[in-house]
Amino acid sequence: MSETTTQSKVIDDNDQESQLASQLQLTASPLAWLKGLREQAATSVKRLPLPTTRDEEWRFTDISQLSKMSFAPALPANRLEAADVAQFYIDEATIRLVFVDGFFAPEFCSGGANSGAEVFSLLAATAAQAAAIKPHLGQHAAFANDVFTAQNTATLQDAAVVIVPQAVAVTTPVHVLFIASQKDVVNTPRCLLLAETGSAVTVIEDYVELSQAHATASHFTNAVTEILLEDNAQLTHIRVQREGSKAFHIANCAVMLGRASNYQSVSVALGARISRYNLHALQTAEGSQCTLDGLTLISGRQLADTHTCIDHAKPHGISQQLHKCIVGGSAHAVFNGKVIVAEGAQRTDAKQSNRNLLLTAKAHIDTKPQLEIFASDVKCTHGATVGQLDSEEVFYLQSRGLTATAARNLLTYAFGAEVIDRIPITSLKQQLEQTVLAQTEGQL
Amino acid sequence: MIYADSKVLLEVRGLCASVNGIEILKNLDFTVRSGEVHAIMGQNGSGKSTFAKVLAGHPSYEITSGSVRFEGKDLLALTAEDRARAGFFLAFQYPIEVPGVGNSQFLRLTYNTLQKQRGHEELDPLEFDDFVREKMKLLEMSPDFLDRSVNEGFSGGEKKRNEILQMALLEPHLAILDETDSGLDIDALRIVAHGVNQLTTKNNAMVMVTHYQRLLNYIVPDYVHVMEAGRIVKTGDKSLALELETRGYDWVSTDTQVAASVSA
Repeated sequence: MSETTTQSKVIDDNDQESQLASQLQLTASPLAWLKGLREQAATSVKRLPLPTTRDEEWRFTDISQLSKMSFAPALPANRLEAADVAQFYIDEATIRLVFVDGFFAPEFCSGGANSGAEVFSLLAATAAQAAAIKPHLGQHAAFANDVFTAQNTATLQDAAVVIVPQAVAVTTPVHVLFIASQKDVVNTPRCLLLAETGSAVTVIEDYVELSQAHATASHFTNAVTEILLEDNAQLTHIRVQREGSKAFHIANCAVMLGRASNYQSVSVALGARISRYNLHALQTAEGSQCTLDGLTLISGRQLADTHTCIDHAKPHGISQQLHKCIVGGSAHAVFNGKVIVAEGAQRTDAKQSNRNLLLTAKAHIDTKPQLEIFASDVKCTHGATVGQLDSEEVFYLQSRGLTATAARNLLTYAFGAEVIDRIPITSLKQQLEQTVLAQTEGQL
Repeated sequence: MIYADSKVLLEVRGLCASVNGIEILKNLDFTVRSGEVHAIMGQNGSGKSTFAKVLAGHPSYEITSGSVRFEGKDLLALTAEDRARAGFFLAFQYPIEVPGVGNSQFLRLTYNTLQKQRGHEELDPLEFDDFVREKMKLLEMSPDFLDRSVNEGFSGGEKKRNEILQMALLEPHLAILDETDSGLDIDALRIVAHGVNQLTTKNNAMVMVTHYQRLLNYIVPDYVHVMEAGRIVKTGDKSLALELETRGYDWVSTDTQVAASVSA
């Protein structure tokens, strides 16, 4: 029994404490409180089993392949070549934070100084910044009932932090780039985004893998992001998961929306053998607005699961969601979109749409819209469709001279482009459109 | 217009086609020469639209017998895209919406595909933009249509104009307009008809499939055919369309039955 328990934690935690101690000299730092947070999370890790398909929240998502494995925590890797990293840069996003295997890589970071935003690694926090972080870090992404969040928090060493001060509008997008460079390790990236009252910012959270790192071996990324929008704040959150096809990627993101704030997110899942993204948006005050759009594009034997929850806890909230999956090969996509309208959250307006495109006979999708409405005066709509490419559409394009293959590619691309077009960063949009085109052509 | 000694573009002989085992086209004969404008009329279910789709290569229809030669080539042996590349064009009754694909991107893609096929130079986005805007003037289309997704959110009339715009770009040798007039108000009809007339030359031909004589006031046909039960039962000039408008279709079938019984 004890043997299985050790294994079931995925992370091989031998010597973890001593490693952490050597990396961090926290005792006298303004981050001394981190120790307590980690210990608290470690208790949860010990208590919580890994989920299986017997758990309702994991019913469609079999992670037994991951559960069987044991990964050592990542150690700082050799310094990467500038060109290896530069391939992932996004032209417009000149404010950049880079982490390699979870470790801050200041040599690749840039910008920020004149943008009005405070963009830094947690370990470099000043006393004032540490004080601003403390009420939020580990407080929104609850770890008491989520073993992966607990593991991330228990091993928390560093984090990407973006603080946008009151009424500051940051015009340059901030690129937070997490690079996986080592095999057989677990990375625990962490993000904290704080948009203070009336501020505005766009953040790209980007997970990539150095392709030469491991064509045959895997790594495990266990990421946690916490986002806070104070009153009237606007935050656009672009999340791109483009890890290698052997990777395991599990991520939790918790978003707290203040009064009349506006959170817009586009998440794109392209990579990983098995991936899971939990996005939880809580409207903590009246009149907040969120848009949760997503695209999953997978093939081969990939499994990608997106679980979202929009919690309308207060009145006059608005939410919109468009989630699309394009599934090829014998891949398996899961979408579970929960919308909660709490008692008293009157005049809530929630729209959800999930559209899925199956490219092959073996492709598989499980979709589950879930509305839980406890208020009486609300407007909630949801819809889900699963289909194949429309043969009339293919014929229409063929009748204009396109080959059947080109027609199918164009339609598949167009299906995905509807979500990608919502990304307000041109070069990233173009990159992703190319990826969609390449991936579509590869599998048809 | 009928020209002496013009070449045969399309020759349909004894064409039979079925869908899901139900025979729709029954021994259909039809000939089009270059320069000509034809109208095929007929009641719902007579097989007009099926005929148009069969010629375009729609995969749902099975050809059970007969032949179709297009400029001497066996049209039925070609894929739908090769028919388009060979100069055959179908303006759809219900043009498909393609959300996510910009109209200008789509138009340029189809244009360049055919240009390449014909050994002509492809146009880059800027060159194409000038070219397509010129063609759009013909149909009084706002350049805004270029920035929208293909047919998405277009009104019925806008979709039909977009079809004729494609025809203008692709310069087919033979175009079939499947109920291009349906759902158009009188202004839109006039604009579309004007565009079609501008595109008609002595080297190409048009076949209009329609329910209504109204269109034929604007695009004057050289021949009017009446289709019934999967074949052409009567052919005349433009006065036949007027006669159909006033007398309906019943007299045609009665006449045909009489003719059939006489010949039998």
